[in-house]
Amino acid sequence: MAMQDSLQQHTVVALVYDRPGVLNRVVSMVRRRAFNISSLAVGHSEIPGLSRMTFVVEGDDTLLAQVMSQLRKLVDVVRVSDMNTENSVFRELCLLRVKADAETRSEVMQIANIFRANIVDVAHDSLVVEITGDEDKVESLALLMEKFGVLEIMRSGRLAMVRGSVWEADTAAKAAAPSWTENGVGRARAQTEGSQPAAVLPPG
Amino acid sequence: MRLNGSQIICQALLNEGVDTVFGIPGGAIMPLYQTLPQFPGLRHILVRHEQGAAMAADGYGRATGNVGVCFATSGPGATNMVTGLAGAMMDSVPVVAVTGQVTREAIGKDAFQETDVTGVTLPVLKHNYLVMTAAELPRVMKEAFYLARSGRPGPVLVDVPKDVFVEEAEFEYPETVELPGYPPPTYADEEAVKRAAELIAEAKRPVVMAGHGIIISQAYKELQEFAEKGQFPVSTTLLGISSFKTDHVLNIGLPGMHGSAFASHAINDSDLLIGLGMRFDDRVTSKVSLFAPKAKVIHVDIDPAELGKNVPPTIGIVGNVKHVLQQLTPLVERADRREWLAHIDQLRMKHPLFRDESDDQIRPQDVIQQISDLTDGKAIIATGVGQHQMWAAQLYNFAEYNSFVTSGGLGSMGYEVPSAMGAQVACPDRVVWTLAGDGGFQMTMMELATMVENHIPVKIALINNFSLGMVRQWQDIFYNHDYVATLYTGNPDFVKLAEAFGMKGIRATTKSEVGPAVAEAMETDGPVLVDFQVEMTENVYPFIPPGTGVDAMVEDPRLVEGRS
Repeated sequence: MAMQDSLQQHTVVALVYDRPGVLNRVVSMVRRRAFNISSLAVGHSEIPGLSRMTFVVEGDDTLLAQVMSQLRKLVDVVRVSDMNTENSVFRELCLLRVKADAETRSEVMQIANIFRANIVDVAHDSLVVEITGDEDKVESLALLMEKFGVLEIMRSGRLAMVRGSVWEADTAAKAAAPSWTENGVGRARAQTEGSQPAAVLPPG
Repeated sequence: MRLNGSQIICQALLNEGVDTVFGIPGGAIMPLYQTLPQFPGLRHILVRHEQGAAMAADGYGRATGNVGVCFATSGPGATNMVTGLAGAMMDSVPVVAVTGQVTREAIGKDAFQETDVTGVTLPVLKHNYLVMTAAELPRVMKEAFYLARSGRPGPVLVDVPKDVFVEEAEFEYPETVELPGYPPPTYADEEAVKRAAELIAEAKRPVVMAGHGIIISQAYKELQEFAEKGQFPVSTTLLGISSFKTDHVLNIGLPGMHGSAFASHAINDSDLLIGLGMRFDDRVTSKVSLFAPKAKVIHVDIDPAELGKNVPPTIGIVGNVKHVLQQLTPLVERADRREWLAHIDQLRMKHPLFRDESDDQIRPQDVIQQISDLTDGKAIIATGVGQHQMWAAQLYNFAEYNSFVTSGGLGSMGYEVPSAMGAQVACPDRVVWTLAGDGGFQMTMMELATMVENHIPVKIALINNFSLGMVRQWQDIFYNHDYVATLYTGNPDFVKLAEAFGMKGIRATTKSEVGPAVAEAMETDGPVLVDFQVEMTENVYPFIPPGTGVDAMVEDPRLVEGRS
């Protein structure tokens, strides 16, 4: 493992088959290879039968390349992409239960308002605040709410999507190229044998 | 055509060219077994333990490159196969396992002989399936075989609930697979190949490290052409042994922990390593930071995840090594490397692997050399794991390609007997010797019954040192000769044991008996066991302790004395 300083966060999105046990396969691989993931979000994609998983992986570029290669090796993983802040938007949903009585409620709501967060539940002594944004925004709000008392936090984990209106197949193919070394790596021509070439599929 | 699940599986096996299945029946898989008589093209070999079924299928797969097939029932039957399947995964061997499962409605209820077999085997297989309807079986069987043998081969398990075996479905065997997430690479990126050729042109002291990939892709001719054209010394990894003729002048033998000293020194002195279908296992590299410190690295592998996993390559090439060599060899200049090869030859003279002793004690090395001589290097050699395995890797003079069947990555003791059985069934015209340690032999020796019952004429050379030799060796080196739990004081009489199983048993206790015992075994029809009672204290040299580099290599003290 690289030194703590060189640890970076990487966002990896995988397009996977929506079949029983696929999550287990992916998570099992991450565990047995001792990769460190700080969040994982899973849900249906726009294609019936396929889901998307967003991982936040901690490590250097070599480790990122290993994570991506090992993910690609799983038969049920169709496509894997490395997302970065320049080419993608990152969002996360967070629910916070904040202590709020008659005295503090309006201040909590005011702060929520500034963050464009929604109040989705009200009780005598607390509020549930829903916020969407990148991690910094979510964490800033959580920090501000600490003063009132944060009773509970639920976070969805990061979701990522490439910017731009159309995903072109060749961009997809580039995203799939292993990039584990500064010297680059030769990408093999794939043998498809009657199967659908992965390049025509949307991004992972 | 409407068939039931069992018939679909059997028909799929025939469509995939399977002729032999190793297995043991049990409750959940009975419907499949009771269907076998309808398919006389499938020979079933009843083993004595499911681990033997998986290891025999592995031996069959290695010896032929075709998919080895094994059956087991649910629960303990399937869990018993796990070691064999995990070994096939580590060593990239094509195997398809079919296991019975409890009925669909019983799944998850902790039913009798229920185990979550897809869950248990998931981390140790290339892929697995739990088939919940018979209608899926044709596609699943097609995919299982395709996955097992394509790309980097590996084991695939198909778990079938008992009631799916009897459910009827329309049978139409698919001609293609649809696996968009699984595109096995073939030819490599031409740019990368060109840059590899440039690195080769600049190199003064190149070394080729040839691995299992050469054997899997049958790139023997391509490797030889490549090595001869570029005048590269070739080191064959444990699983790369017999991918390149042992007595070829460019072959420098096994690298790594127990590799030849001249291979280790050559790699250490090298300025360019060309890894072909191998994975820089820790037994090859020892401490990575001390491994080949002066060398740039070209790494060719079909599995992109291998590139940069252990050793960061200067150039990584993803592709089928046979095709990559076809692309690369034309770009390689004919080279004159007399100086470099002369240097390696000097190392070879200075660091021989074994010196014959003048007494009449049998050393394990004597047995291997005798078998090598008397078989003209043409046998298939299966081994267990440990000292005898390393001596076999060092000393058997392989004259035929793909003839070494050994558990490399997983290192499963007990592999010797069942894998030899599988290899012999796959190659009935070849002579198959298994070199067994007395430790590993006693883990799977029940398969002697299977050999006798099915007339499988494996010759078993039991290298009997009355101990777990490799562990005992480490106790010598690292634990001050403190022999905890490594000495057998109650081994059975192996000759009587062989006879009890109904096969011939021969004993050799002096060196002069070794040759005649080997000859007698080879003249005997059917399986034979020879109990070679060998010098117990013999250790495997050279030895590079784990976590060190070539500088820490320990050579045979007797040979070092002889040099000074």
